[in-house]
Amino acid sequence: MSAPLDFWRRFRRNRAAAVSFLVLLLITLTALFGPLVYPIDPFEMMGRPSQPPGRRFWLGTDVSGRDILAGLIHGARVSLLIGVAASLAATVFGLLVGALAGYYGRAIDNILMRCTDFFLTIPSFVLAVVLIAIFRPSVFNVTAAIAIVSWPPIARLARAEFIAHRDREYVKACRALGMSDIEIIVRQILPNALPPVIVVSSLLVATAILTESGLSFLGLADPNVISWGYMIGVGRSVLRSAWWMPAIPGFAILITVLCINLVGEGLNDALNPRLQRR
Amino acid sequence: MSRLLKVENLSVHFPTTRGVVRAVEELSLAIEAGETLALVGESGSGKSTAALAIMGLIDEAAARIPSGSVHFEGSDLRRLSPQALRQVRGRRIGMIFQDPMMALNPVFTVGWQIAEPLRQHLGLSARAARERAIELLHRVGIPAPARRVDQYPHNLSGGMRQRVMIATALACRPSLLIADEPTTALDVTVQAQVLDLINGLKAETGMAVLLITHDLGVVWETAQRAVVIYAGRRVEEGKVADIFGRPAHPYTRGLLEAAKWESQAGGMLREIPGTVPSLLEVPAGCRFAPRCAYALDRCTAAIPPLTRLAPAHAAACLRVHELAQ
Amino acid sequence: MPDTLWFVLRRTLQVAPVVLAIAALNFVLLHMAPGDAADIIAAQSGGSSAEFVAELRQAFGLDRPLYQQFFIYIARLLTFDLGYSYVQHRPVFDLIIERVPATLLLMLTAIVIAFVIGVLLGIVAAMRHRRLLDSFVSVLALIVYATPQFWLGLMLIVLFSITLGILPSGGMATIGAEMSAPARVLDIGRHLVLPALTLGLFYVAVYARLMRASMLEVYSFDFITAARAKGLSETRVGLVHAASNALLPVVTLAGVQIGHLLGGSILVETVFGWPGLGRLVFDALLQRDLNLLLGILFISSLVVVIANLLVDLLYGLLDPRIVHK
Repeated sequence: MSAPLDFWRRFRRNRAAAVSFLVLLLITLTALFGPLVYPIDPFEMMGRPSQPPGRRFWLGTDVSGRDILAGLIHGARVSLLIGVAASLAATVFGLLVGALAGYYGRAIDNILMRCTDFFLTIPSFVLAVVLIAIFRPSVFNVTAAIAIVSWPPIARLARAEFIAHRDREYVKACRALGMSDIEIIVRQILPNALPPVIVVSSLLVATAILTESGLSFLGLADPNVISWGYMIGVGRSVLRSAWWMPAIPGFAILITVLCINLVGEGLNDALNPRLQRR
Repeated sequence: MSRLLKVENLSVHFPTTRGVVRAVEELSLAIEAGETLALVGESGSGKSTAALAIMGLIDEAAARIPSGSVHFEGSDLRRLSPQALRQVRGRRIGMIFQDPMMALNPVFTVGWQIAEPLRQHLGLSARAARERAIELLHRVGIPAPARRVDQYPHNLSGGMRQRVMIATALACRPSLLIADEPTTALDVTVQAQVLDLINGLKAETGMAVLLITHDLGVVWETAQRAVVIYAGRRVEEGKVADIFGRPAHPYTRGLLEAAKWESQAGGMLREIPGTVPSLLEVPAGCRFAPRCAYALDRCTAAIPPLTRLAPAHAAACLRVHELAQ
Repeated sequence: MPDTLWFVLRRTLQVAPVVLAIAALNFVLLHMAPGDAADIIAAQSGGSSAEFVAELRQAFGLDRPLYQQFFIYIARLLTFDLGYSYVQHRPVFDLIIERVPATLLLMLTAIVIAFVIGVLLGIVAAMRHRRLLDSFVSVLALIVYATPQFWLGLMLIVLFSITLGILPSGGMATIGAEMSAPARVLDIGRHLVLPALTLGLFYVAVYARLMRASMLEVYSFDFITAARAKGLSETRVGLVHAASNALLPVVTLAGVQIGHLLGGSILVETVFGWPGLGRLVFDALLQRDLNLLLGILFISSLVVVIANLLVDLLYGLLDPRIVHK
């Protein structure tokens, strides 16, 4: 009875991916339009501090009387923005390094891979912390720091893909036609190398959000924006009396990251032909 | 002579995304106590699947067994509870497999593996089981058994590993040994030794042997009776002398022709034309008909029943009597 | 023997340029920060004249060309001089060294717990493949991967410390109380439970997945069928025969990500007030102690390098082929 069972499992997994995608869409819409629909300033003291979720404040207020729901909505913006931006930057840079290393090989490969391995040796979170501590926290710096510690795995993957493709027949044919290296890299090999990179890249958004929340928790967040990690950090002081304060933003992170991971797995099923069972 | 094992109408189907693979279809066979029955067929004919089904080792999630009874020592194995079936396996029926390197657990010593059924089924203590394991190693002809007992499978040669498997299968003195291609993975010289060993043990213990093989030479050396299987169906059965001397089914004839090529002048391989049908789309009627030189229209109409030629010789062919001339 | 020695020497020397690169990175970062040591001291003493600051600079050698400063920096590193913390008024190296044991204890405990629980879960999931428990373990793993570690720690505190009151909410030991040695060990143990669980939960998921995959692969091997043919119970087949073979690949594949653990320990130690290296990072952040931060960056990178080196050496010694490459 394995064939129908296999199909059911794949369908269920893709259904999980579909549901996750919808949830993510919802979160993105909230991030984009939430502040318009719910125009409460998350930094402004709106009411009595430390109120539990109730009628006026659906998710309660924090230690300074700020609206937690507003914080959640604005925090979505920051988390998604930094997550996507950092992942994008890391992907672009990683692709660049990996493509050059994989395509040209030898000396260039050697140098670039040593750089990549070097970055893999340094504990990524520690480096991110140090970088932000030096350059002061801001949305840009946080994004850059996360991108800097995240690009090596993409570079490695891209390199593997380019190595696999550079000796293929179609590449030789293109060279025989007189195509320049850049043309071959960008227009010929890259589209083939992209699918696995896309999957890793989307999972990277999840990691970036987790990293950003960790950094914010430690106090390394841009003081001008509210982020989920920061809310958890603030709520930590009232853990005994108002545990929902750190709990709620944490749930938001969990759901978002879970959905991204499930969508990523769905993408993997869809894009990776080797897993297709006929 | 009593019937030790009686398999009736055994069918094993594997549902897949592309349809149902009918690996074994309505197979019946019987083994008397103390005799060796060979189940002969080429690879993919379903013979190994049939053996696993007899032992109840087919993965229930992957296959369906829509019909069949396996009567052994008074009970139908197919109807036994899993616990009762486990009492039979390894204790009343022993089984050895084709590739001894893969069939032995690499991380345990051979002594431990031989002793395992002794401890599980007969409740022997670890020390008693180890003593018995050394005895068994000696009995299957392994020199210096006291030293070998603590060695690992990879320390032994292929032939010795097969002997270890035989020792394990016979540890609890079963009345039936199922040997699935026991010599295929071995060198030619070692093959003869292992077959001799099996015959010798058979004479000593009086056990019966179900020998699964594609090698006609092995059949000739070891078996008294044989069942020929093609594409999951039984096509001929009888005493080995009859089958080799007066093969009734066209497939059996083809097999024997192909096996004789070395002794013919010029050494031309007479192959059976065509290929084994995909077990997904089995032809209606006789499964061998598409390749059969003697096929007629009525052969593809319905499955030919088993036709008796002699008291102990039968073949599933509509033209059996004609072709015997 | 000499081959092995060469191998060890070679590998160890390969480490040198990496360490140099790490030091270079540290140096660069140190000089990218706004203000230098002289500014800090000047600020601490409540502002001072430009001349005083210039004098300080000269005393610290900060007015020399960069490349000279770099060599001095490297020379200092070789003597384990990681600089001075102007905030805590102690050498950075001392501060780090006294915190390392606590972090090591935490990391080791986390990994051991994670390994044991993860492997057991993986075995269970594989033995109950495609049934409820298997799906449950998979879903659990998914959730674990999505959980922010520090938040998990907080929630565990809410559950076990605040609501249930059975475990302490922070620190490494109960302060003040006089305890005998075994009582002290137990006390530290109690404090260790939640932080180790928090730090290790991610790895529980990793090991569970790995073990499950390994088990499923082992289940397809012939010796599993042979074990079943011996009449062994499915439980024994899974726990003894399958697990023993599945464990080895997991141990070799599961390279412990020390860098990842170190990063995680920053958050976990902060949440639980565990007096280790991670907590030191948090303190350094609060106090803007850049020297300390960079010192920790250097030491943690060094730890990763050494750990990788040890693993490489271990593999080399276990597999003779690598040595002779």
